[in-house]
Amino acid sequence: MEIDNAIREFLAENFLYGNKDGLPGDDDSFMEKGFIDSTGILEVVSFIEEKYLITIEDDDLIPENFDSINRLVNFITSKRKTNV
Amino acid sequence: MCGIAGICTLEGSKGISAESILRMAGALNHRGPDETGIFLDDSIGLGHTRLSIIDLSGGSQPIHNEDETLWIIFNGEIFNYLELKEGLIEREHRFYTSSDTEVILHLFEDNGSSCLSMLNGQFALAIWNSVSKELFLARDRMGIRPLHYVVHDHRLIFASEIKSIFMNEEVPRKIDPIAIDQIFTFWTTLPGRTVFQGIQELSPGHFLVARDGAITIRKYWDIPFSQPGEQLDWPVERICGEIQDLLDDAIRIRLRADVPVGCYLSGGLDSSGITSLVKNKFNNRLRTFGIRFEQGEFDESKYQDCMIDALKSEHTDLRATNDTIGATFPDVVWHCEKPLLRTAPVPLFMLSKAVRDNGFKVVLTGEGADEVFGGYNIFRETLVRKFWARQPSSRLRPLLIGKLYPYIFNDPRLKNTLQAFFAKGMEQTEDPVYSHLIRWENTSRAKVFFSDDLAAAIGAYSGYEEMKANLPESFDRWDSLSKAQFLEMQVFMSNYLLSSQGDRVAMAHSLEIRLPYLDYRIIEFMGRVPPVLKIRGLKEKDLLKKVFKGVLPEVILNRPKHPYRAPIQQSLLNPTTHGSADFLSTESLGAAGLFDGKKVEKLLNKIRKTNHATEVEGMALAGVLSTQLVFRQFGTFFTCDLPHDVVPTVFVDRRKAA
Repeated sequence: MEIDNAIREFLAENFLYGNKDGLPGDDDSFMEKGFIDSTGILEVVSFIEEKYLITIEDDDLIPENFDSINRLVNFITSKRKTNV
Repeated sequence: MCGIAGICTLEGSKGISAESILRMAGALNHRGPDETGIFLDDSIGLGHTRLSIIDLSGGSQPIHNEDETLWIIFNGEIFNYLELKEGLIEREHRFYTSSDTEVILHLFEDNGSSCLSMLNGQFALAIWNSVSKELFLARDRMGIRPLHYVVHDHRLIFASEIKSIFMNEEVPRKIDPIAIDQIFTFWTTLPGRTVFQGIQELSPGHFLVARDGAITIRKYWDIPFSQPGEQLDWPVERICGEIQDLLDDAIRIRLRADVPVGCYLSGGLDSSGITSLVKNKFNNRLRTFGIRFEQGEFDESKYQDCMIDALKSEHTDLRATNDTIGATFPDVVWHCEKPLLRTAPVPLFMLSKAVRDNGFKVVLTGEGADEVFGGYNIFRETLVRKFWARQPSSRLRPLLIGKLYPYIFNDPRLKNTLQAFFAKGMEQTEDPVYSHLIRWENTSRAKVFFSDDLAAAIGAYSGYEEMKANLPESFDRWDSLSKAQFLEMQVFMSNYLLSSQGDRVAMAHSLEIRLPYLDYRIIEFMGRVPPVLKIRGLKEKDLLKKVFKGVLPEVILNRPKHPYRAPIQQSLLNPTTHGSADFLSTESLGAAGLFDGKKVEKLLNKIRKTNHATEVEGMALAGVLSTQLVFRQFGTFFTCDLPHDVVPTVFVDRRKAA
């Protein structure tokens, strides 16, 4: 599955309990839209680490990497490149 | 402390049966197991259940004035009744009891509704004028005691608790979608509303008059805050001296009772301060009661033990385990009569039973200090976010947020995202409800579980807009701390803390709580104190700490603040508490139609699988389960039968036909 679809599916299952209609747009900020609560980002991190077998450093944990679907896709893509 | 109930005919001449009033009183038996009193005439029926605390032998209600034209039923205490009585005796009022209730009646006789401003107490009352056929209902300033009413079929039906109103089978028992939306935003309904359509709560500081078929409601008191420029310019020492004097007197008059008075002691600053003052100044043989938790993150035993050592008090503690919290939750919801997004009321419900089992009817508690003296993190958070917003690019200012919430910032991985979370809406500093937006928006995330039908019934309704429309006229001119304090007191304290963690869970076991920090003289004084003195830098309740310097052990004065909370998913999804599973089944959810069964199922599976719930998921779990409980308990499970074999000890029948 494409990364963006996998992310959407995870977000819908995990934060919308199956309701895909409520997903934010690809560039919408999770924080601004109130989509993820203060600790929800850690669930996203665990998902990415497990699914894509990449290690995420504490310094990576900034909104620039995690705060929208597109930012997540870009982050995962670049991480996988560097890990390879 | 008691329960009150009544039916007043607004139009027509349909009589009121003794049985209907007896049924209403019977539903309030837990509030007043000692006596039951009934008054009937052709226009009204009044019912009273009594928990005898003052004038044990003579204070039976209803109580009348000299010529028996005025009749009162009363729930609560007037702590300054002795002082008020002196003036009434000088004005040649004759008393036939030594109760505080009779004092109110004579005061009303002389002053009408303005008598309310003279009362220092916690109360809900009804006074019937049998000549003018006028009914007067009133509630204390902060809403410590409850009072609900409904107008149905040309009758005004009122009672301390909603279940008593519902003993009249013809009153519809329907969940109000707007109320659910409010609870899933503010943790409670906004003032005046209950979770049932048509059932109103008389707001704190208000009175109601029913006469000639018309009902009028008036506010007689509001939480007072002075605007900058009008605040006190006294030196700190003088302010602390005044607080000390007020607090001493608030405690002194709250120890008035013809039964022994105990104290709640958690180990926090507020209850420790009250118990120490009681011990040092009033009662050397102190009896204290406290909660201990099975799970360490909720427990304050270390500080509680420190205070027991310091006070040498005879102490009883209640151990709240996850199993017992889960098993007791349905009973608590029944008494609170509204959905709960928290389990924190449960241990307090269990504690009140332990206190009663030890023979006590009255305790002093430390509630209210955080609101009045500026103790909550949400107040400090507001100040920090405003400070940060003045220089949004600062790298140092956001670090202050981490200092407020060390227990959620202790994961270094979360630092950046948490800062981003608190930065959200940071620039909206002019929004009148700025201080509470993060909390309310976070809570609102639990609305994702609403069914399509419920969401449609709520439509475009906005709780924020309703709240903003009802703010005091001078609100805009207040400083940001005063604004935050007001919102916290008006919404959270009056409707949740004093109810679901106060009156309801104590009175469930016939226990009266008394709250010295909410003496209106203290609230009015603190409303004039400049905010900078309440929270110094990041030091919360700084003035109260100064007052307690030398009174309390240093370890209590300097301890980190520990919010009172109780475990949610560990209690409610506990294998030993099977009950909740039935209410959360897809069938049960579908029958109620309020929540999306599939989403709730995913939530439950997720929590069970990970053994963890986020803040919002915990609130959603408690909220969905308790709403389901309310739906059932007040729906198909509800019975209008007389719940106890209630025999009135006082029965006054003035019906013409009688």
